[in-house]
Amino acid sequence: MSDTTTATTPVPSSQPKRTASSFIGALEIDVRFLGMVGALAAIWIVFDFLADGTFLTPRNIWNLSVQSSSIAVMSTGMVLVIVMRHIDLSVGSILGVTGMIMAVFQASYLTPAFGFNNPAVMALTLAAGIAAGALIGALHGFIIAYLGVPAFIVTLGGLLVWRGAAWAVAEGKTIPLTDDNFKLLGGGASGSIGATWSWIVAVIACLAIAAATLQARRQRQRFHFPLKPLWAEVVTVAAGCAAVIAATLVVNAYELPAALARRYAQAAGITVPPEGLHISFGYAVPVLVALAVGIIMTFITTRTRFGRYVFAIGGNPEAAELAGINTKRVTLMVFSLMGALAAIGAAISTARLNSATNAQGTLDELYVIAAAVIGGTSLAGGSGTIAGAMLGALVMQSLQSGMVLMRVDTPYQNIVVGAVLVFAVWIDTVYRKRFK
Amino acid sequence: MNTVTMTQPAAPARSGEPLVEMRDIRIAFGGIHAVDGVSIDLYPGEVVGLLGHNGAGKSTLIKILAGAYRPDSGEIRINGEKAEIGNPRDAKRYGIETIYQTLALADNVDAAANLFLGRELMTPWGTLDDVAMEAATREVMGRLNPNFRKFKEPVRGLSGGQRQSVAIARAIHFNAKILIMDEPTAALGPQETAQVAELIKQLKAEGIGIFLISHDIHDVFDLADRVSVMKNGQLVGSARTSDVTKDEVLGMIILGNSPPGAIPGPGATTD
Repeated sequence: MSDTTTATTPVPSSQPKRTASSFIGALEIDVRFLGMVGALAAIWIVFDFLADGTFLTPRNIWNLSVQSSSIAVMSTGMVLVIVMRHIDLSVGSILGVTGMIMAVFQASYLTPAFGFNNPAVMALTLAAGIAAGALIGALHGFIIAYLGVPAFIVTLGGLLVWRGAAWAVAEGKTIPLTDDNFKLLGGGASGSIGATWSWIVAVIACLAIAAATLQARRQRQRFHFPLKPLWAEVVTVAAGCAAVIAATLVVNAYELPAALARRYAQAAGITVPPEGLHISFGYAVPVLVALAVGIIMTFITTRTRFGRYVFAIGGNPEAAELAGINTKRVTLMVFSLMGALAAIGAAISTARLNSATNAQGTLDELYVIAAAVIGGTSLAGGSGTIAGAMLGALVMQSLQSGMVLMRVDTPYQNIVVGAVLVFAVWIDTVYRKRFK
Repeated sequence: MNTVTMTQPAAPARSGEPLVEMRDIRIAFGGIHAVDGVSIDLYPGEVVGLLGHNGAGKSTLIKILAGAYRPDSGEIRINGEKAEIGNPRDAKRYGIETIYQTLALADNVDAAANLFLGRELMTPWGTLDDVAMEAATREVMGRLNPNFRKFKEPVRGLSGGQRQSVAIARAIHFNAKILIMDEPTAALGPQETAQVAELIKQLKAEGIGIFLISHDIHDVFDLADRVSVMKNGQLVGSARTSDVTKDEVLGMIILGNSPPGAIPGPGATTD
C-alpha cells in the first residue's frame, strides 16, 4: 500500500540518512516516557555517586521496587481520576480504613473460622478489602457525579471521614495480621519468588512482548495499513526483553544474608555446601502485584470502551456527553476503581508492616498524585499513561530512598521532594508548549 | 393533544409525512425565553435552512432535537410518531445526527476514536477494535477529504477543515436519516465549503432530511429548499426559497418582516 501516515510519498524503511528524531519516530516510542526513563537513570546515577555507591546495589534496587509498589498501584487509578479532570485526596485515608478492615476481619473472624493459614483467609481478606474500597470510592463517585459536589471537596471530606473511620474500626489499636499467606503480599524474604520463578516470569514477559507486537502487526496487515519498519519492531521487542532480563538479573543478584540462608536451608532440609548457600530473593510478590495491576490498568485504559470514555471525557466533557456517553456513570466507576486500588495498596502496605495501624497511608494521597503528575498526567485532563505514573512512583521513591542513604534529615527530604515535584511539572509544561 | 389542528396553510414542499415535526417548542434559561413557541418541520430529501442572528435561538432549538437540551414544553414527532428525546443517545436512535458548531470533538484522541465515540467497534473479546475503526475512518475520510493522512494523531493537531471533516464523517457514517448541521462551513475555506455543498446535495438525493443552520444567508439560500427564520427565540416565518428573494429573507432576519411569499410565524413584526 502506498498509504503512509505522513503526507509525503512512502519512504523505504532502510534509508541511510536517518536523523535521531525520525529514528524515534519510526519506533513510535513516547518521547516523554523516554525522557522520564532518562531522568530516573540520572537520579539513580547521581545518588549512587553522592551516597558512595550504596544506591545502585541489588539490595537497594530491590528495596526500592518493594517500597514503590503500594504507591505505584494507587497511582494507576489516580491517572484515570486526573485524566477526567478530577482529583482524589482521600486515597491515603481509604488505604488506612481498608487496611484496618482487612486486618480486623482477618484476625477476628476469618482465622478463627477457617484456622491458621487456610488459603481461603487470604482470598476472603482481599475480597473484603477490595469490596470495601470499591464501595467507598463508589460513594465518592456518586456524590461527585450525581449530586454535583466538586471532587476536591468530596475527597477532602473523605480524607477526614475515612481516617476517622479507620480509628473507629479498632478504636485506635494496632491490629496484627494472623495469616502468613497474606503477609507474602508485603515482600521480604518469604514474600519473594526466588531465582527460578523469576526467570520463568522473565521468559513469559519476553514472549508476551513479542506476541503482542506480532499481533499488532498482523492486525495492521489485515487492513493493509502502513506498517512500522521491521527493524523498528525488532528493536522495540529487543529493548523490552533486555529491560526484563536486566531487572531479573538485578533481583536475582540480591541474595539472602548468610544467616537467613542457613535457617532457610535448615527449614527446607537442604544441606549447606561448604562454599555457602546462595539463595536469591528474585521478584518480590508486591512488585509482581503492582506490575500485574499496571498491565491490567493499561489494558483497561487503551483497549476497553470504559478507558476510551475516560479519556474522551477528559478531553472534552461536553463532546462526550453529546456523543451519548453516560459521563456520570463513568465518573462513578473511575472513583470506585480508585477505591479498589487503594485497597490493594492497603493490602500491600499492611502485609509489609505485618499489621494495620492508625496512621497507615497518611500523606499517601500526595505521593500518589505526585507520582501521576511526575509521570506525565496533565492536571488539565485528557492525557496521562499508566506506565508513566508507575515510573513516577519509582522516581518519588528513588528520591526518598536516595536521601535516606545520604542521611538527609526528614524535613530536608520533604523540601527536596516538594521542589522536585514543582520542577518536574514545570519541565512538562515547557515540553507541552514547545512540542504540542 | 395528538390532534393539534395545524392552522398553518401547510408550507410543505412535498407530499407525504414530514420526517420531523417540532411543535410549539419552548425552553427558557433563567427567565430568558431562548426558544419561545417555535414550530418547524422537515421532509425527507429536503434541506431546510434555519436562519437568524447570533442568539436568535437556532442552536438551542436544534440542540433540543439533538437531545442535548430537554424542552420545557412542546412536542417532537419523527415520522408522524411522538418521539421522546431525553438525551443524545435517544436522538441517535431516531437517526438524528448532529454536526455542532463547536464540532464537539474530543481533542486528545484521534480521528477514529472521535468518529466512533459512543459507538465503538468491538472485537469478539469485548475489546476496542481500533484497527477496524481506523479502517472505516480511512474509508469515510477518503470520500470526504482524500488528502487526510493524520489518522494516528489527536485531532488537536488537525487544521480547522480537517477537524470539520471528522465531525461530518461522524454524522454521516451511521446512516443518519435526519442531519443537523450547525454552521457547518464556519471553519472552512472556499474549496472545502464547495465540497460540503456537494455533500449536502448528495445526502439530499439519498432522501436524508437536513437542517442547515447559519447566521449567513449566503451559505444557505442556494442549498435550501425552504428557509425558516428565527428572531429573539420566535419564528418569524418560513418560506420556500423559490418564493422569496435573498433580500426578503434578509428582511426577515434583520427586521422580522414576513414577506408575501412566506408563511408568517408568531415572531413576525406586524406593521
